[in-house]
Amino acid sequence: MPLDSKIPAGELAQKWTNYKSTCKLVNPANKRKLEVIVIGTGLAGASAAASLGEMGYKVKAFCFQDSPRRAHSIAAQGGINAAKNYQNDGDSTYRLFYDTIKGGDYRSREANTYRLAEVSANIIDQCVAQGVPFAREYGGLLSNRSFGGVQVQRTFYAAGQTGQQLLIGAYQALERQVALGNVTMYSRHEMLEIVKIEGKARGIIARNLVTGELERHFGHAVLLCSGGYGNVFYLSTNAMGSNVTAAWKATKLGAYFANPCYTQIHPTCIPVSGDHQSKLTLMSESLRNDGRIWVPKKQGDSRKAREIPEEERDYYLERRYPAFGNLVPRDVASRAAKERCDAGHGVGTSKQAVFLDFEDAIMRYGRTEANKQGIHNADKATIYALGKDVVAEKYGNLFEMYEKITGENPYEVPMRIYPAVHYTMGGLWVDYELQTNIPGLYSLGEANFSDHGANRLGASALMQGLADGYFVIPYTIGNYLANEINVKPISTDHQAFQAAEDIVATRINKLMNIKGTESVESFHKRLGKIMWEKCGMARNAKGLTEAIEEIKALRKEFWSNVRVPGEILEFNPELDKAGRVADFLELGELMCMDALNRNESCGGHFREEYQTNEGEAMRQDEGYSYVAAWEYKGESQYELHKEPLDFEVVHPTQRSYK
Amino acid sequence: MNLTLKVWRQKNAKAKGSFETFKVSDISSEMSFLEMFDVLNEKLINEGKEPIAFDHDCREGICGSCSMYVNGRPHGPWKHTTVCQLHMREYKDGDTITVEPWRANSFPVIKDLVTDRSAFDRIIQAGGYISVNTGNAVDANAIPIEKQKADDSFAAAACIGCGACVAACPNTSGMLFLSAKVSHLALLPQGDPERKKRAADMIHQHDSEGFGSCTNIGACEAECPKGISLENINRMNKEYMGSIFSGSKV
Repeated sequence: MPLDSKIPAGELAQKWTNYKSTCKLVNPANKRKLEVIVIGTGLAGASAAASLGEMGYKVKAFCFQDSPRRAHSIAAQGGINAAKNYQNDGDSTYRLFYDTIKGGDYRSREANTYRLAEVSANIIDQCVAQGVPFAREYGGLLSNRSFGGVQVQRTFYAAGQTGQQLLIGAYQALERQVALGNVTMYSRHEMLEIVKIEGKARGIIARNLVTGELERHFGHAVLLCSGGYGNVFYLSTNAMGSNVTAAWKATKLGAYFANPCYTQIHPTCIPVSGDHQSKLTLMSESLRNDGRIWVPKKQGDSRKAREIPEEERDYYLERRYPAFGNLVPRDVASRAAKERCDAGHGVGTSKQAVFLDFEDAIMRYGRTEANKQGIHNADKATIYALGKDVVAEKYGNLFEMYEKITGENPYEVPMRIYPAVHYTMGGLWVDYELQTNIPGLYSLGEANFSDHGANRLGASALMQGLADGYFVIPYTIGNYLANEINVKPISTDHQAFQAAEDIVATRINKLMNIKGTESVESFHKRLGKIMWEKCGMARNAKGLTEAIEEIKALRKEFWSNVRVPGEILEFNPELDKAGRVADFLELGELMCMDALNRNESCGGHFREEYQTNEGEAMRQDEGYSYVAAWEYKGESQYELHKEPLDFEVVHPTQRSYK
Repeated sequence: MNLTLKVWRQKNAKAKGSFETFKVSDISSEMSFLEMFDVLNEKLINEGKEPIAFDHDCREGICGSCSMYVNGRPHGPWKHTTVCQLHMREYKDGDTITVEPWRANSFPVIKDLVTDRSAFDRIIQAGGYISVNTGNAVDANAIPIEKQKADDSFAAAACIGCGACVAACPNTSGMLFLSAKVSHLALLPQGDPERKKRAADMIHQHDSEGFGSCTNIGACEAECPKGISLENINRMNKEYMGSIFSGSKV
């Protein structure tokens, strides 16, 4: 099937306006007859379900958590971008668009990215109207800060809990629709198969995670808003339950999976402390507004941070990238940290960490504060105390979290940080309307591949999730559903539902009956190790080739030796996890294949064979300026479809943050 | 370190539960409390036994899933900390730790340490929102909000809906949760038009879910992992009174 991205004709800045003016509409009476299924209740899913419910569609929303409010969007810390230009620092829709395209290393679609920048301002308006308590200045207006890869202040935030506040806003809008009867909520439910009838997505098979029973649900359209697949690495900043299952079931049914190798390694996470580690914790990128990253100049220096004098410190980001300094994009900052640690300059017991130091910021704020309060000739301790209060107001909850986990006080000693898997830019291939290549099947938010190219800029995930759910899908879904108004709800007794349920039941039975000797968790850890070592921050052809074979072998072992305790018809988290890990064992192989195919370095995808003399990523625009969309053709068999990326407005150059 | 764990086991909502004792060994002080449970569960699976079911997801103290009652305290001994952020350096070799689910009729046990907290969602459904449809918003800076009010609203909105307040309360009252939402919205101009009806409707739902009344004991505030203040309950009572005396729906 040829890939049609359905990008509207016309000038870049007019495409979305033109689309909205000409797309088909569904009248209110018909909306009531149309049913839409939404999988996942994070920012994308909750905002889509609420908006579609408000519009009058009959919506069914599903989440595996015990409440829609717990989706992992809740954990996003730093902020959400919007081209409001409230700071009068030269921001505009075009600049946000340009920063995002450049930040993504010229591997995303211009039209999608421009639309994202265009609707960003509406998101902030919408959230404030819902009562999201963003940070404000004394004059009562909204406050902004900077994030990586940009030179303006366009990030809106609510302390270090921006994701929580935005999700609660969307969750409340969703619960309002539940109360009105427009949305039916299915918590503790997991989608395990999509039902396709005459080529169109028409429903799902879901498992009730409390009773273990399988359920059939019809929908005129199905929206997958199920998040990213970072947990394929086992250790990541994702929640324990985050998984690829919904997107993967779509892939197995024929939906294309795009750019799976584009994964984001976030530079500032708390380092791994031992083999027991179950997840990694992010320290928000916002900290790089004030924190300075450094390592000792001397290799293997084991002195304490405060004992190392200024001239023996290497502020390597400021040294290598003077224009952006500590606020370079995530992929650049992560690779630079790895480079220093690999070269023997790492700190802490594992030597796999660098310092993120707030001493300068505390003193700087302290001096300003002393002046404000009219304290002349303040001593160092006073300045420090005053500065500490300012830093605490900005980042207090993050500092507390750091201390709880590490037992160290980051006001006194620098944080130790190291890169960790955080976000996945790849995902289901979708066109401009967010529709996959299966009619009626849509994908929103992190689950799709669409807007971030090969690297996502900080504070842009929240923006995309809400843009897709509040402002894009309400228009684009109408263009499809307008042709479905005569389709009566299909009975779930239809043989396609029966067949899909049989597939799910067979898979579950198979998992339960292996009765092997090794736990699901153990397989997951082993997969994660392969992925991190060979498909992580740096990749090469030899490692990727090995990884593909190792994953195949591991998958075989999993299906012959995994042990899933308990029963099917009960609350059984081990069984839930087994299904998810089984899917990761397939996805991991495809990620390595995609990484092996892409003979270039771009954004988060760093192939060691393709780098400049200075160690920067080297793209190969001639051969690889395309979206890699993979079609499942049977076990370990995938066909590559290429969607060329045409740049009409920006001109791809080597990214420079120097 | 080596520890003894006494954990509540209950096959399902209908079954009768009981405590079961486990020994765990080689626990490092750097582990989180839930990672200690991971170690135990891995051991149980390898021995062919059923692992202990417990709710957890983000493991960074924000999703509100985790919910263990540790040695008589919701989320364990650390102030302003969810149990997923509690670390094992709190404990020493030889300690015995008792772990139970949230105890409240309105939170029935699903299995072991997992409870059904959907009553909280229904309280939000009763009015915990601002009725604004997508696409109707004015410019975000059109309505300036006094910084102090915005900060207070944010402090109330920091609630993670975990239910520790209910578990801590001798009356199993959910008033801290409820009042945090009422406060969050009532403090903002956007929330003003619905404030009276909101407080009354949410309280009504709270009571019909079987949560107990508030008698100002304060255990909820003391155990809240997000430091939600009792002041919110005062504010809610004020909202409720306003609702009654203005003749609005109660």
